[in-house]
Amino acid sequence: MKGTNDLILKTTTTIIVFIILGFSIYLFFAGHNAPGGGFIGGLMTAGALVLLYISYGFKTMKRVIRIDFKNFIPIGLLIAVLTGIGSFVFGQPFLSHTDAYFELPILGHSHLATAMLFDLGVYFTVVGVTMTIILSIAADEGEEELSKVSES
Amino acid sequence: MLHAAVLLPFLAAFFIPLLYRGVKQVHLGWFVLLVPIVLFGYFLTFIKEVTQGVHTLKTFEWIPSLGVNVTFYIDGLGLFFALLITGIGSLVVLYSIYYLSKAEKLGHFYVYLLLFMGAMLGVVLSDNLFVLYTFWELTSISSFLLIGYWYQREKSTSGALKSMMITVFGGLAMLGGFLLMADITGTASIRGIIENGEMIVTSSLFPFILVLVLLGAFTKSAQFPFHTWLPDAMEAPTPVSAFLHSATMVKAGIYLVARLSLIFAGTDLFFLIVSGFGLLTLCWGSYMAVRQTDLKAILAYSTISQLGMIMAMLGFGTEVAILAAVFHILNHATFKGSLFMVAGIIDHETGTRDIRRLGGLFTFMPITATLAFFGTFSMAGFPLPFLNGFLSKEMFFESSLHFENASTIVEAVSPYFPYLAVGGSIFTFVYSIMLFFRTFTGKQRDKLPKEPHEAPIGMLISPIILVLLVIVIAFVPNVFGHSLLSPMVDSIAGSAGETHIKFWHGLGPALYMSLAVLLLGTAFYLTRTKWERIYTILPGKLSAAKAYDGIITGIINGSKKLTNGYMTGSLRHYMIYILIFFIALVSITISVTGGFKMSFDDLAPIAIPELLIAIVMAGAAFGTIFMKNRIAAILVLGIVGYGLSLLFVFFRAPDLALTQLIVETVTVALFLLCFYHLPNFDKQKESKRTNAVNWVISISVGVLVTMIGIASHSTKLFEPISEYFLKNSYKLGGGDNVVNVILVDFRGLDTMLEILVLGLAALGIFTMIKLRPSKKEGND
Repeated sequence: MKGTNDLILKTTTTIIVFIILGFSIYLFFAGHNAPGGGFIGGLMTAGALVLLYISYGFKTMKRVIRIDFKNFIPIGLLIAVLTGIGSFVFGQPFLSHTDAYFELPILGHSHLATAMLFDLGVYFTVVGVTMTIILSIAADEGEEELSKVSES
Repeated sequence: MLHAAVLLPFLAAFFIPLLYRGVKQVHLGWFVLLVPIVLFGYFLTFIKEVTQGVHTLKTFEWIPSLGVNVTFYIDGLGLFFALLITGIGSLVVLYSIYYLSKAEKLGHFYVYLLLFMGAMLGVVLSDNLFVLYTFWELTSISSFLLIGYWYQREKSTSGALKSMMITVFGGLAMLGGFLLMADITGTASIRGIIENGEMIVTSSLFPFILVLVLLGAFTKSAQFPFHTWLPDAMEAPTPVSAFLHSATMVKAGIYLVARLSLIFAGTDLFFLIVSGFGLLTLCWGSYMAVRQTDLKAILAYSTISQLGMIMAMLGFGTEVAILAAVFHILNHATFKGSLFMVAGIIDHETGTRDIRRLGGLFTFMPITATLAFFGTFSMAGFPLPFLNGFLSKEMFFESSLHFENASTIVEAVSPYFPYLAVGGSIFTFVYSIMLFFRTFTGKQRDKLPKEPHEAPIGMLISPIILVLLVIVIAFVPNVFGHSLLSPMVDSIAGSAGETHIKFWHGLGPALYMSLAVLLLGTAFYLTRTKWERIYTILPGKLSAAKAYDGIITGIINGSKKLTNGYMTGSLRHYMIYILIFFIALVSITISVTGGFKMSFDDLAPIAIPELLIAIVMAGAAFGTIFMKNRIAAILVLGIVGYGLSLLFVFFRAPDLALTQLIVETVTVALFLLCFYHLPNFDKQKESKRTNAVNWVISISVGVLVTMIGIASHSTKLFEPISEYFLKNSYKLGGGDNVVNVILVDFRGLDTMLEILVLGLAALGIFTMIKLRPSKKEGND
């Protein structure tokens, strides 16, 4: 998109990205009782981020988001494994889940399950994986384009 | 004590390298010499016991649970061989001290030699079949190392390899025979097996066992047609040839046949194979020996023929024949050992072993010539009373005339044996005489590499002792006969019987046969140039060596061809193999088990949207096959993916539909990314045959998979467990989305490993892209 005036794209992106991110978080939280879950939520989040990269370009995005998405992968895996190990503390077999109702300050009467923590691990891993793949391929592309330009 | 005796050479072999490094002034052989001399003395002490019929048995438990114990057993046969090994071993070590200079790698040489000596002692003293086999292979290995001692020479290494291949081939066959024998009798002890010999001879596997065991014995003892490794093994240093390839290792096969003959002897098969091949080897070996020009090659073929003679006598199986056989083992060890040493001296002092270049050495080397005279004439069986070879050859002729085993087959073939024996002996006579006269008499033909002169006295001691033995044995054969040979005949035949060596003054057919050999042999020797051209006809282009080369190269080329034939490197071909195997396996299984069933009981009604989607997907899938453009093919393939996600919607799988939608998008994007960089389809011109094969395979795979799908839908063996998940999803997992509860709760482990897979894939892609060598750095 370099070189073209993509004002419309940038403007719509700023709005749409938040809608997508919100939807992805909804998918993530809804997963236990409705269609959705960590996997789809993660992919959706990654989709929103990719849209940002497409509209604003690498250089800008590098300044704005200073997160290395590769780190998401070990973080996600660690969350999932620790959730599993957590059940050992209560003398349960690996990856035993439990759930309970809590009175939370803002949300009120809520149903919380440890399965969600596991799903959080999935979510992080998927975001990390998708972004790593797309960004590393894209970065490679960009470099090649640059080198072609400089050669000619 | 007995175990320590057998272990001693191995122990000494451990310390040789230390001595080799530590002591530089003294020749290493002097230290080694102690070992065989001590052992020889030790084994001499058994003679008295053994002649009285007392046998020593010592057991050391090795693997008692398998019945494999290191049991050493000293009877007449074992003791004789042990004395032979240590006695000749001492002389050979002494000889090698003068033969090998200190510049050679003496440490290696003596380690191998001691290993061999220990292994050989183990072979002849073991009472356990598997321990015997262990030592047997150890002799093969140490012999391999000794033949390849000068490993810089190509001939040495190829000779070593050849002997290894042939003897190990036989050794493995023998192991098979041993296993069968141990299985049938239920014991691995040789004495135990001999006691139960009946069980083996009457078993239906008997011919098989016999052939396997004899394969081992024949390969080791260089019997026809496995004799081909022995002439090539002459690349070894001469002390090795004298020790291994005349006196000890090649007699291991003889030992084995003798040891087991209490079981096998008396059966027609044993008689036919052993005496038949023995006589064949005798004739062929002596016939071929006349043709050789290299001293050691003559001696090698001569050894082959003498071994054939001993083997034949063991096959005859009469007490006279066995006495003759063991007597000839002793005689052969003495005169052949001395002859090899003489050949080594000639090689050492003149620089060549080619008899076409030698001649007239008598004046230069009178002692060596005298020694050679006794050796060669004894080998020829020349009728002189002071040559032991004559005595045993007489007994050989005598034994070939009378057979006790009077079955029809034996009666049918045995009349021909004396002729074969005489025929073989004529050529033996010719090459023995040739060996002596062409080397030591006449004129010097050629300028020799070294100025010939007499050998140092140290080198002469060993052959002198052996030649003295030749003469002593000839004069007082019965001293040896009673102390050594009669217990040996006792071990082989089961009863001592007639052990008096007396045939040396009988005026019988045997003497006439000897005279015939003498006359005809002389005639043949004098007219040698006239009939020498026969060699271009009879062995002509046929030879065991060529057969061996042909087999080896044939195996190598054949396996190369086979491997190159199917390992084409083309992925398409490998894919075809995999699919063909899949097709064959599945279709055979289906047709054999009758696994294909089709039931229409629980089919759901097909709605029109589903049908439409299916038609579109099928069309798209079919279309991709004919697409000429990659990008178009990918896009059309995308239709299949999105159609699938639509189907998920219709089949009420929202999670799957969502995931499929996104994943399909991502994969199509990635495909586009990759294929954007590829060149356009080169319209590959496939031949019609290739295309037809592809079509047939893909259609059959498709049909088969469809059939499996239908069949597995039609046969429901168990209730599905989905009911349980549907019921307990909320109760146990705390969620209404059953799919998600299964993914994170019921089957959380799968999900955990799947995200691990994703993580690895991402890191893999990252490293592939980032860590590849950059173009600027080049390919290094």
